[in-house]
Amino acid sequence: MTLIVEARQTLGEFNLDAGFTSEGGVTALFGRSGSGKTSLVRVIAGLSKPDQGRLMVDGDVLLDTENRIFVPKHRRRFGYVFQEGRLFPHLTVRQNLNYGRWFAGMSRQGDDFDRIVELLGIELLLERRPGKLSGGEKQRVAIGRALLAAPRLLLMDEPLAALDDQRKAEILPYLERLRDEMATPIVYVSHSVSEVARLADKVVMMKGGRVEAIGTPSEILGGQAFLSSDRRDAGAVLTGRVEAIDDAHRLATIRLSASEIVVPNAHVETGRSVRVHIPERDVMVATLRPEGLSALNILEGRIVSIEPDGEGMMRVRIRSGEDDLLARITALSVERLDLKLEKAVFAVIKTVALER
Amino acid sequence: MDWLHLSDEEWTAIRLSLWVSGIAMVVSLPFGIWVAYLLARGGFWGKSILNGIVHLPLILPPVVTGFILLVLFGRRGVIGAFLDQYFGIVFSFRWTGAALACGIMGFPLLVRSIRLSIEAVDRKLEEAAGTLGASPTWVFMTVTLPLILPGIIAGMILSFAKAMGEFGATITFVSNIPGETQTLSAAIYTFTQVPGGDAGAMRLTLVAIIISFAALLASEFMAHIVGKRVNVE
Repeated sequence: MTLIVEARQTLGEFNLDAGFTSEGGVTALFGRSGSGKTSLVRVIAGLSKPDQGRLMVDGDVLLDTENRIFVPKHRRRFGYVFQEGRLFPHLTVRQNLNYGRWFAGMSRQGDDFDRIVELLGIELLLERRPGKLSGGEKQRVAIGRALLAAPRLLLMDEPLAALDDQRKAEILPYLERLRDEMATPIVYVSHSVSEVARLADKVVMMKGGRVEAIGTPSEILGGQAFLSSDRRDAGAVLTGRVEAIDDAHRLATIRLSASEIVVPNAHVETGRSVRVHIPERDVMVATLRPEGLSALNILEGRIVSIEPDGEGMMRVRIRSGEDDLLARITALSVERLDLKLEKAVFAVIKTVALER
Repeated sequence: MDWLHLSDEEWTAIRLSLWVSGIAMVVSLPFGIWVAYLLARGGFWGKSILNGIVHLPLILPPVVTGFILLVLFGRRGVIGAFLDQYFGIVFSFRWTGAALACGIMGFPLLVRSIRLSIEAVDRKLEEAAGTLGASPTWVFMTVTLPLILPGIIAGMILSFAKAMGEFGATITFVSNIPGETQTLSAAIYTFTQVPGGDAGAMRLTLVAIIISFAALLASEFMAHIVGKRVNVE
């Protein structure tokens, strides 16, 4: 799948002038509220028409203002998951799920239906009406409804923003399964670092209606562009596989390239590939292996870069195997520990800081 | 209790009234939904003029509406002559004319009720239906229409009730012919004009009260059932 989008649109005071390409997987449109993420995804869906723009999916032109091409939303075959679910209140959950299937011209019951219902864990809700569902359940049904229309692209506009932390934690694993098990490419709009870190294959960072940077989650979330906008959540994004689950202590061990890391066990399954976002402010650096310490994660590595990070702070990049960790420490600590390139160090991370 | 016994003529007036009001309601419904949709969603020049014309029968004296109908739809009227010549439809001094007058008089109430419910529909739901592959027509049929059903039912009952009570426009347009255009209201009026007609007027009045009450209960009941389905969120 190849998606190419470019759009210019003036909406009152706000100017949207953005574009990106995607080759499948999960592309996150990331940025603060008001950065133009939703405007851009609405252009892709055909919910709004830009002043100038172009949209192509696999060579199929869906929008081209120069040649006056505008394929209406119901002929684009894009699924759209809205922030507020938007389930039809007069239909049951099953009818909601079947709504898009009907227009996609498929048989009413099939493998897909059972598979997606099972994937989203909504088997027991089928005969209920949307008014009787919780926020998290509604959103899972909304995702299922969009998927069952057999879209060639799934657009998700802050699908978790209206939910509390507990509901988010409940849905995120379903989204990870979705990414890993369905072939449908996804454009995921979010302002949340943790969602983007966990789900995205590619991040398009937006600011003031423009694209500021495009890259992998670790490039963007640990990169300069992100630092200038929101340094609080900056950090490394590591990919690993769940190796063991300790139910007694509610912990999960994730194998990285050269080491392993222990995280709180929040809805993970053994063998599944997961991403861990490690905020750089939560990483300590030690020159000797610490002992008698509560922190569970002590990763051995060597320093590959030290950069000044303003206000007496330094960013230290520590390579452990093939994974790069970022640590934000004071310049004083760098001086006192005599940190320099190629020096062997230990990165210390509290498991509590990795609550997902 | 002998005075409660309804004569054949009285039965005829009751049946005619129900028939005329029912036809008026059913035939005006599609137009009512269409006009209500235009007024609620349309952005076109002359929208307020259309709104004014729709509401005119509510403001004008019924006799004036009846006279205008006579001028337009009478046998020599502009529209009446045309319909007679090409479609063989005659309104003047027929029950069809009574139904037309009743439909016109109830139209503003029908449109108003449906329009309000269309304006209350969450357009985000329609947008969502569009992204799921439904064309605008299908969105209307599968989302908008079910959601405005309570408003449609309320409008239908209102227009039916208005038609049952319609008198001025009907008698002006199609007169008061027993068996053809003499509705319940006109029959009661006729009874009050003849000596000793009080008992007949009273009987028909009771019937009118019963019918109105039944219509009201039916609408409450249906609105309850539909409302339970639609307004759960």
